[in-house]
Amino acid sequence: MGVGQLFEFCFRFLKNVFLPPYEFHEIKKHMDELGVKTLPIVSVTGFIIGVVLAMQSEPILARFGAESVLPAMVSLSVVRELGPVITALIFAGRVSSGIGAELGSMRVTEQIDAMEVSAIDPFRYLVVTRVVACSFILPVLTLYVVFLAIFGGYLAMILSQGMSLQLYVVSVVEAIRFGDIIPGIGKTFFFGFIVGIVGAFKGYNADKGTEGVGKASTTSVVLSSLLILVTDTVLVKITLWIWP
Amino acid sequence: MAIEMVKISHISKAFDDFVVLDDVSLSVNHGENLVVFGKSGTGKSVLLKCMVKLLVPDAGEVFIEGKNVHTISNAELTELRKNIGFLFQSAALYDSMSVSENLAFPLIRNFFFTKQEVEAKVKRALEMVSLEHAVDKMPSELSGGMRKRIGLARSIITEPKLMLYDEPTTGLDPITTKEISRLIRDLQNELKMTSIIITHDLACAQIISDRAVVLEKGKLKYEGSLKELTASSDPFLHDFFTSDIIED
Repeated sequence: MGVGQLFEFCFRFLKNVFLPPYEFHEIKKHMDELGVKTLPIVSVTGFIIGVVLAMQSEPILARFGAESVLPAMVSLSVVRELGPVITALIFAGRVSSGIGAELGSMRVTEQIDAMEVSAIDPFRYLVVTRVVACSFILPVLTLYVVFLAIFGGYLAMILSQGMSLQLYVVSVVEAIRFGDIIPGIGKTFFFGFIVGIVGAFKGYNADKGTEGVGKASTTSVVLSSLLILVTDTVLVKITLWIWP
Repeated sequence: MAIEMVKISHISKAFDDFVVLDDVSLSVNHGENLVVFGKSGTGKSVLLKCMVKLLVPDAGEVFIEGKNVHTISNAELTELRKNIGFLFQSAALYDSMSVSENLAFPLIRNFFFTKQEVEAKVKRALEMVSLEHAVDKMPSELSGGMRKRIGLARSIITEPKLMLYDEPTTGLDPITTKEISRLIRDLQNELKMTSIIITHDLACAQIISDRAVVLEKGKLKYEGSLKELTASSDPFLHDFFTSDIIED
């Protein structure tokens, strides 16, 4: 399965996503499942990112006498880059492999064929709904992770500096601008799309046998993680051009 | 004069260099039950999948009710498929759905039945396969025979005109094989469907078939009533049928 087939798969998705009937019920179901499935791991990760970032940055900033900018540094790092990318990579590991394995298993056990022969379009029902759900749930999860990371940063600073919550919140709010939040959270929509489309592509086109299912699951994570990092590079360049 | 339901014309299909079907032609009349025999790997399932465009043949044509399956539009194919039931070898039940959801799925997606009508049809289909008690079970909780029955119920719930069975009794014990075969025969009699049954199970064919054909190395070699084929002195047919004849 090459790049051409992946593009063809994306094109087929774009052709189908705007056509009725819209599977709102299925999309909502997948959003619930994917959100709940990923919540525990992103919660822990988000909190730890904030704590570790504050702990690591404090002595470095202290060398330059700039401890006061620590809340701004933690929050901007988390909003602009760390929160979106780390959440997306965790989401890819958890969800893309799951979609790859689920659809791969359905392919191997002829469930997708059964759907097709029953005059039901499996692409619309299985692929479009999952990709749309991934695209919309990842920005929500990222916002949640960003909040937890900023909170984690605050806890680290209480322990080290005894900073008040009010001062921390004011520092964070003053530091973050509209042009930091929109590109930061906005790009996770594309990351969610990548996670969904790669997982679905690998699973939907899985080879026969259990080996095919395993391969679909593993390659989904590898490819979607790689594409997230490449896309991030491109999107950072574009957003810096729009919001310098 | 008999009316043709299915006409397969000079179908060929190969995977890389391996020729699976080689210039196969056959036709099935309305209401007829045709059994397709053949050793494993002779292209029986591929033939069935070419008939519903799950696979595209390299050459040849398939007509169902006069429509060329491989040249009609997607919308026409969808309409055509609404009149076709397909029982997969593995039953292919949707494992994320309960038995009742499996059965209701094609009805909800393709037709405009009310909730009560769907429930009534699900109940009736389960009664037909004697599995009313399994309505809320998940596929993972079912035995092999039960899965086949539920698969059968899901295939016939839309009352298709044409039923395609891909080895409906493979992997089942002799008693369950006979039960499933009789169930298929009774359903066909009740619903007046045309059926094509892929199998290498003679016991099943003895119960169901009106006519039989035998595929050998991708070619359709023999055709006739089951009685004629089993009585043939041809060495291949003799070997094929004498290995496991079960008197009913």
